[in-house]
Order: sequence, then C-alpha cells, then structure tokens
Amino acid sequence: MSTTSSPAALAGGPASTGGVLRLVGAAIALALLIAAPLAIYPVFLMKVLCFALFACAFNLLLGYVGLLSFGHAMFFGGAAYICAHAVKNWGLTPELGILAGVAFAALLGLVAGLLAIRRLGIYFAMVTLALAQMFFFFCLQARFTGGEDGLQGVPRRAVFGLIDITKDLNLYYVVLAIFVIGFAIIYRTIHSPFGQVLKAIRENEPRAISLGYRVNQYKLLAFVLSAALAGLAGATKAIVFQLASLTDVAWQMSGEVILMTLVGGMGTVLGPVVGAGIIVTMQNYLAGFGEWVLVIQGVIFVVVVSLFRRGLVGEVIALFSRQKPGAPAGH
Amino acid sequence: MRLAAMFLAAGSLLAAGAAQAQTPAAPLAVKIGVLNDQSGLYADLGGPGSVWAAKKAVADFLATPAGKNLKVDVVFADHQNKADVGTAIARQWFDVDGVDVILDVPNSGVALAVNQVAKEKNKVFINSGAAASDLTGKACTPNTVHWTYDTWALANGTGKAITKNGGDTWFFITADYAFGHALERDTAAVVAANGGKVVGQVRVPLNNADFSSFLLQAQSSKAKIIGLANAGGDTINSIKQAAEYGIVEGGQKLAGLLIFLSDVNSLGLKTAQGLTLTEAWYWDMTDENRAFAKEFAAANRGVHPTMVHAGVYAGTLHYLKAVAALGADKDGAAVVAEMKKLPTDDKLFGKGEIRADGRQIHPMFLFEVKKPSESKYPYDYYTLKATIPANEAFRPLSESECPLVKKS
Repeated sequence: MSTTSSPAALAGGPASTGGVLRLVGAAIALALLIAAPLAIYPVFLMKVLCFALFACAFNLLLGYVGLLSFGHAMFFGGAAYICAHAVKNWGLTPELGILAGVAFAALLGLVAGLLAIRRLGIYFAMVTLALAQMFFFFCLQARFTGGEDGLQGVPRRAVFGLIDITKDLNLYYVVLAIFVIGFAIIYRTIHSPFGQVLKAIRENEPRAISLGYRVNQYKLLAFVLSAALAGLAGATKAIVFQLASLTDVAWQMSGEVILMTLVGGMGTVLGPVVGAGIIVTMQNYLAGFGEWVLVIQGVIFVVVVSLFRRGLVGEVIALFSRQKPGAPAGH
Repeated sequence: MRLAAMFLAAGSLLAAGAAQAQTPAAPLAVKIGVLNDQSGLYADLGGPGSVWAAKKAVADFLATPAGKNLKVDVVFADHQNKADVGTAIARQWFDVDGVDVILDVPNSGVALAVNQVAKEKNKVFINSGAAASDLTGKACTPNTVHWTYDTWALANGTGKAITKNGGDTWFFITADYAFGHALERDTAAVVAANGGKVVGQVRVPLNNADFSSFLLQAQSSKAKIIGLANAGGDTINSIKQAAEYGIVEGGQKLAGLLIFLSDVNSLGLKTAQGLTLTEAWYWDMTDENRAFAKEFAAANRGVHPTMVHAGVYAGTLHYLKAVAALGADKDGAAVVAEMKKLPTDDKLFGKGEIRADGRQIHPMFLFEVKKPSESKYPYDYYTLKATIPANEAFRPLSESECPLVKKS
C-alpha cells in the first residue's frame, strides 16, 4: 500500500492510479454494504460492523503505533454501559446516548492512557489489562450496571426524532453510517502527517524523539482516539442489541479484538474489518456446533499465526506487491 | 367458444379449490430451539443434555394421540454465556429460522435478554436453566414461563428447612456482587423468620482462588451452618477448601445455595459430603425418574440428568400440549396463556400449575450429600432431608413485583 498517494487522492489532487483504484474499490464496497441486508440478516451485519469498528480502533493503536493494549474492552464496554444507561434511564435519544458513551470512553482513555503510555511492550499491555480488570470489577459492583444481569431492554427510540430504528433494516443503515464515519476518521488519521509520525514512533521511537517529536503526546492522542472509537463501537452495539453486559468489559473481549486484528492483518486498513467479519461469522453460524466453536476458533488462530504471519489481508497485500516489482512494499 | 372455455376454466378452478379444502389439514409445524451453554461453565447442568431432554419430550408427545397432527423440529445453539450472542441467535431464530419457542437458557444475564426478545417478537420462552427470580418478578412477560427453580426458591428452601431442622445459627460466605448479596439477603431473611440467627458474614471477591481466611472466620464463628452465597467456580473452590480444613468433620455444615447434581459429581463425594442443598428434582426419587435417568445416561455417556434437564423435558411437553390444544403456535402470548390455563402434569414433576406471573409451581426438596461409604451405585449422591410443599416453595404472588399479577 503506497501511503503517500492517498492524501493526494483524498484531497482531489492529481491522483495516482492506485488512488483511483482505491476510490473505485471503496465505492464498490460501500454499494455492497448498502445492498447487503437484502441478502443477509441485518442484525448479524450490524454486529459485524460494530466489531469491525472496534477492531479498527484497536488496530489504530496496535498496527500504527505499535502499542498492544490488552484493555480495550473497558472502552468498548464502558461506553456500552453509559449509552445503555443514558438511553434507558435518562430517556436520551440514541445519538445522544452514543455521544455520551463516546465521551466517557475518551475520558477513560485519557486517564488510562496517561498511566499506560509511560511503559512499553509487555508492561504497557499489563498496565492496560490491570486497569481494564479494575473497571470490570467496578461494573460488576456498581448499582447502575445491574451486575451480572447487565442492562436489559434499552429502548430503540427514533434517531434525531426522525428515523424509526425499531425496524432492523433502518437501524442497519444508521449503524452503517456510524461505521463509515468511524472508518473514515481512522483512515484519515492513518494517512495524515499525524499518522506518519505515529508510524515513525512505531518504527523507531528514539529516532522520532531525536527528530524533535513529543512522542508521549502523540501516543496519548492516539490512545484517546482509539479509546473513543472503541467506545463508539460499544455504544452502537448497546443500541443494536438493546443491552450492555459484563461480556463487553470482560478481558475475553480484549482478547477477542486482538484475535480479530491478528487474523485480518494488523497494520492494514481493511485487515481488522475482515478479521471481525471472520470471527463474528464463526461465532454466529457455528453456534449450532455447540462446544466445537471454540475449538474451531482456536485452530483458525493457530493456522493464521503460523501460516499467514501478516494476517489474511496483510498476505494479500504482500502477494500483490511481490507481483508488481517496483511498487512500494506494503505496510 | 371462448365463453365456454372461460366457464370451463372457472369451473375447474372451483373444483380444484373444493378438492383442496377436502384434503386433511397439513400437520402443524413446530420448531423448538434449545439455547444454552454447550461448552462452558453451565454445559454440565444443561448443555447437550437439555437438547436430548427436549427431543425426548417431543418423541414422547408425538407418540400420544394428541401429537399426531404435529411436526416438530428441534434445533440448538451455544450462547457461550454472552448476552449479545444469545440475543443475536434468538432474534435470528425468531426472524429467519421460524423458531416458535426457546428453551433452557441458563445464565441469568442471557435469560433476561432473551426474555425481552421473546416478548418483542411475541414468541415463547420457557426457562429451565437460569436462576433469576426477576424472570417472574419485575421482568415478567406474557411470553415467558420459568420452570425449574429460581433464587427465591433456593434461598427459601435451604434457609427454611435447615433452620427448622435445628441449624439455627448461620455464617455466610458471600460473593461480593449483586447476585451474592441478593442470595445472602434472601436467605438471611428466611433464617430470621424461622427463628434462626445470622452470626456473621464475609464478602469475598468474585472468582477468588483462596478461601482460607474466610473459611477460618466461618470456623471461628462457631455457627452451625455455613451458607455459601456464591455460584459456579467460587462454590466449587469454597467447598473443596472447606473439606481441606475439615470443617464438615468439625461439626459445622455447609449449605450450598446454588449447586447442582453436576457440581456434586465433579467435586466427588469425598469433598462434597455433608453439603446441604435444595433441588427441584432428583433422578433417584421415583421409578419414573429412574427410568428417565436410565435412558438419559445411556444417551449421554453415563451422565445422569440434573433438575435443569428434567425441567426442559417437562417444559417442552407442556408447551406441545398447549400448542396441540390450541391448534396454532404463531401467537406466543396465546400459547403461554393456554399453558397457564392447562394444569401441568408430567411424569417427572407430577401435577402442578403455571401461575399468572409465569412461575411453574411444584414441590422443592432439601437434600444432604451422602458420605462415600453410603453411596451404593453411580450418581447415588443425595439423602432426602425435607420436602417443601408446592404452595410454600416459590415466592407468593402477593409479594410479586410482576405487572401481570397486579393487573388481574
């Protein structure tokens, strides 16, 4: 993937062939997404979109800053709780509930980020895991979360007072719009000068410091952005399923999003989307196999990690850049 | 000529219509979905065994004259103890796959979520595996029946029967979250109401591995009964470590407030002996139960059925009776209304009824786990200590928060 050409393409400047191809690809993908609920069950698609956004937000941190957070469930689930509570008990409309969830996740991300970015590697992962576990126990104990029963029966009020989302199909397009907005933010971030600095930090942090960048501020901003977008995904999920539960804040959720990102390909724009699609599809359509779901999931993870080290999308990109000698190597 | 052709065509259409009306009605198709934990924490108490129990109930009902006009399919899925996975499956079953009724659903969080979906889609939800008494309390719906047990029944049964049998001083080891607090509060109220006394309690974090200090506190409290207001792995760990401390040999008794035959089986009698617990059904009580257990064990690698399995069997059977009586299955609330109207009667739970709040009423039993030397054959685990009659076993309607009850 040639990263230099895309800002030009987005800005409408003299686009390279890669940029045009990418725009055409995006248009086709969007058309497919708009037509998808005609063929596939909308609730399932919404779930895929929520997790895809979550995985993309996570990938922003892991793939582009090189920070492995093991606590992203706290942003995802925290926003889900706040959104569900705001809509159910304060009577807010869904869009305000989602915004409240995002704001909470960003704030939580700021606090967690301030503590976590002081460390690197495994220590960073452990700090985020510890904070997420603290948050999990807070949710378990707090009165408003309903303990292990969770928050149930979140009403689906009309979005902006106009769009009736009690119909799954209408809600699907709302969720699709949210996903596209979130995805666009991530895409823009990655391909901005800010994103270039993030990648520089990932590749060689001391050199980035020596070039005069305030690395910690960049990392913190990326962390908050990632947390807020994870919150956007979680809050949307709370509206879709009309519930928020401990599943969303448990450490397994943090693990699942890592799995999605690795299967799809970390550090690629589309990888997390594909990974989320694969994992959610397995969870849904293999549910009939009962106890075998987890075994199959494990086998796929082992296969991907040992055979496709770059993840599925990463391998495809590597294959194409190998076939086109002279093209910039994909990252 | 053309006119004649038209008359002929019209005539043949009428004839065809008449012929169709005369053919016997197509069998009523019913689709049953068993939604539970197939692989995790609750797989042993429900899991694949519940699917077998539902299929067995279908086979038994289709063999009766009332079942001859039904065509029943059973599907199942694993909700992985996640409320979102559970509701996604429930929605898909109702919307796309034409499932009419969902059964079992252990894990209160998932059960309460599925409860909402069943109401929204006007289908039927018959719960056997979950403990939440809210399902027939403030979360009750006209589409839900709660069959086997609930936290109120367990707290009441264990608290009351033990206190009356002389266990009048209690110490609670409580899991420190809403569920544990509720279980402790309910049981303590029952103990106090029956003349007993709570001498102390200790709150333990969820998923705790080391119970030693809490057990020592319980031991030094000299309470006759140590109530375990926790669930799952916490209950297992506390019982195991209590055995290591010789608490039962020391004269104190453990009372499990949420523990099943499958838990006793995995603990082993050496560890679990002397434990007192409440269940709705035990396989070794009547010949009918034993026959059911024998068939169940033959199909499930020798495992014996828990009360949850029995509840799935009885719930499925009663659902099919109501559908056959009604001759329709698409209006979930109507089927549940019919289920409430018909008295329940099956070979496992005997005669009973379903109340206005959706609670199925039957006796509960207080058991003590046998010593290894007393156990004569596989799964010979319990001694019956007391029977709690049906009219005392469940939360009285007068205390119900269920809106369905207030209206009537």
